[in-house]
Amino acid sequence: MRPETHRLTVGAAAAAPMNLLGSLIELPFKAIQRLVGIRGMPYIFLVPNLGFFGIFVVIPLFINFAFSLTGGTNLFLSDRVYTGTEQYGFLLDCENFADSGSCREDRFWRGIYNTMVFVVFQVGFLVLFSLVTALILNRKIRGRGFFRAVYFFPVLLSPVVVALIWKWILLRDGILNAFLVTIGLEKILFFVSPQWAMFWAIFVSIWAHMGFYTLILLAGLQAIPPDLYEAAEMDGTSKERIFWRITLPLLWPNMLVVIVLALIKGVQIFDEVYVLTGGGPGTATQFIVQYIYNTGFTNQVQNFGLASAASVILGAVLFALTLMQLAAVRRKDSA
Amino acid sequence: MPEAFASSPPPRTIAGLLTARRGRGRLHWTDVFSYAYLGLGVLLMFGPVVWLTLSSFKTASGLLEFPPTLFPLGQIEVEVEGYDDPLPLYRVTEEDGTARELAQIRRIGIIAQMVDPADPDTTIKVPIRQREAVREFRVAWENYSAPLQRFNFLTYLQNSVVVTVAATIVTLLINSMAAYGLAIYEFKGRNAIMLFVIGTLMIPITVILVPVYLVVTELGMINSLWGVILPGAATPTGVFLLRQYMLTIPRDLIEAARMDKASEWVIYWRVVLPLATPAIAVLAIFSIMWRWNDFLWPLIVLNRSEVYTLQVGLNAFQGELDVQWHFVLAMTVVTLIPVVLVFAFLQRFITTGIASTGMK
Repeated sequence: MRPETHRLTVGAAAAAPMNLLGSLIELPFKAIQRLVGIRGMPYIFLVPNLGFFGIFVVIPLFINFAFSLTGGTNLFLSDRVYTGTEQYGFLLDCENFADSGSCREDRFWRGIYNTMVFVVFQVGFLVLFSLVTALILNRKIRGRGFFRAVYFFPVLLSPVVVALIWKWILLRDGILNAFLVTIGLEKILFFVSPQWAMFWAIFVSIWAHMGFYTLILLAGLQAIPPDLYEAAEMDGTSKERIFWRITLPLLWPNMLVVIVLALIKGVQIFDEVYVLTGGGPGTATQFIVQYIYNTGFTNQVQNFGLASAASVILGAVLFALTLMQLAAVRRKDSA
Repeated sequence: MPEAFASSPPPRTIAGLLTARRGRGRLHWTDVFSYAYLGLGVLLMFGPVVWLTLSSFKTASGLLEFPPTLFPLGQIEVEVEGYDDPLPLYRVTEEDGTARELAQIRRIGIIAQMVDPADPDTTIKVPIRQREAVREFRVAWENYSAPLQRFNFLTYLQNSVVVTVAATIVTLLINSMAAYGLAIYEFKGRNAIMLFVIGTLMIPITVILVPVYLVVTELGMINSLWGVILPGAATPTGVFLLRQYMLTIPRDLIEAARMDKASEWVIYWRVVLPLATPAIAVLAIFSIMWRWNDFLWPLIVLNRSEVYTLQVGLNAFQGELDVQWHFVLAMTVVTLIPVVLVFAFLQRFITTGIASTGMK
């Protein structure tokens, strides 16, 4: 960021209308300032933002609990019947928690198991590939900026675009199958096989998000003081040993942040996979957020209570993960 | 100068010459691995997007071909005297190996009725195995124009632009006001409010889908773009980013403005905002990305085709029973273009923004 040049260009173009707008809004604000004094002004500046948070985050959070304790199909709370913890009981009613088929709401548990499988493989390989890429980009490489951009640009693509790019490749008559036929193999119907669908869901989401985590790890690698490496080289330490004894330990705080961040995002996976596979075949790639979405919004009977109860459970998991994230960030900043 | 040359002796063998690289020493296996990995990365990251773009220029029939051709090709059609429509041109190989170009009138089973464009009066019957389409490089621009004219894609595009612009303006305004309040003043409850703002990070939209839907319904904003714009306008990351930046603005400037009897709003608008432009630019870029790419929430709020954003419209279009891939591909490219442009011009901004804030 170069603040000076930037301020000049944007400032010059936007100055006139911005000044006009500013003077227009100033009138009511001046009146308010006369009323509450300077000491009252910070609250005035905070009101719009906190209002939005209140209406669209805090109140909904409480309504969510209320919803999860009621039944029926009405949207408005006053029309809903209080059912206590019935929705939770319904969701958690399982003979054997390892087998989703034995649960009363088997789609919920399928969603949980699918999400767990997805998160384990996606986060694992995501962090691995991001680390390898960051390490390579941190070397003395020609065209480093170009390669960094290559890995990064999918981060900015929309999930719908990402899914369509890959769907087009993986279709029955797509280019990947054309390649398989050319080298003498059979066509594979990727979206008909549960294993392949899950594989591509994981692959595509790694493809889309890897650049983001690579960037964070690269920033971490570049923050390691070079004199540490120089000292180690002077002592004749092997490259391998340098990696295990200097690079990895010093990068570890960043790794921790990346892992937890990837977990938080991974648990909420929905967009790309929904467009890519639609959750199919069957429920093979249906994840927990899609379960909530389907239950609350697309099924014939919109079961808001059940969707809310599932959201509360998801929220509890994310809350725990976020606490881990904050702990990881604190460790990183103090390190 | 002579010393510098002497210190790095030229490679003595051919192998040494081949493996010599910038810097010192020979090509280590890790260098080979690095470049191989990066080369593969370019193929894997760029390849799919290039393939999508190339495919988007093919005609509907061109897309059905298997195995697919790399570049968009279209069959040549010729005007033949006595026929109203142009006829497709084929190269016909006779039994004796001679080849000539004929236009096809119609096909009946495995026999094609063909005609020589130079001699339109005699029809020739040719087994279809003996004929092969004559093709030329042709770009199907209609893939781009048709969805914008005949389908609602122009409306979707417009809706996406409205949502992105309006939401970004609202986000910048209210987040910078809150950041100003938190950065410049000392007041009771500041830390509590700061904690609250960061706490909202823990509640992503996926956790409160149903209740926010209720709130938006109560506000009468279902199937309205406002229902998409407003719920995500206050962002904890935005407030945090701007506040951290505003903390670095020297207090003397603000005190001096107060001495000049400037109102608090003027200090915010004329002093602090201009100084915080770099941070605001970063937030603006992020907001544009978030809003342009947003999918789950618009999917829930927007149920009528007239109010779809590009992402929702694209999803609906690709989910139809008989997917018109030539249109889907072209519209995917349209959706992708703004992001590519933003990336091309603002890459450094985005990457430093992410690296320094750890958000996206």
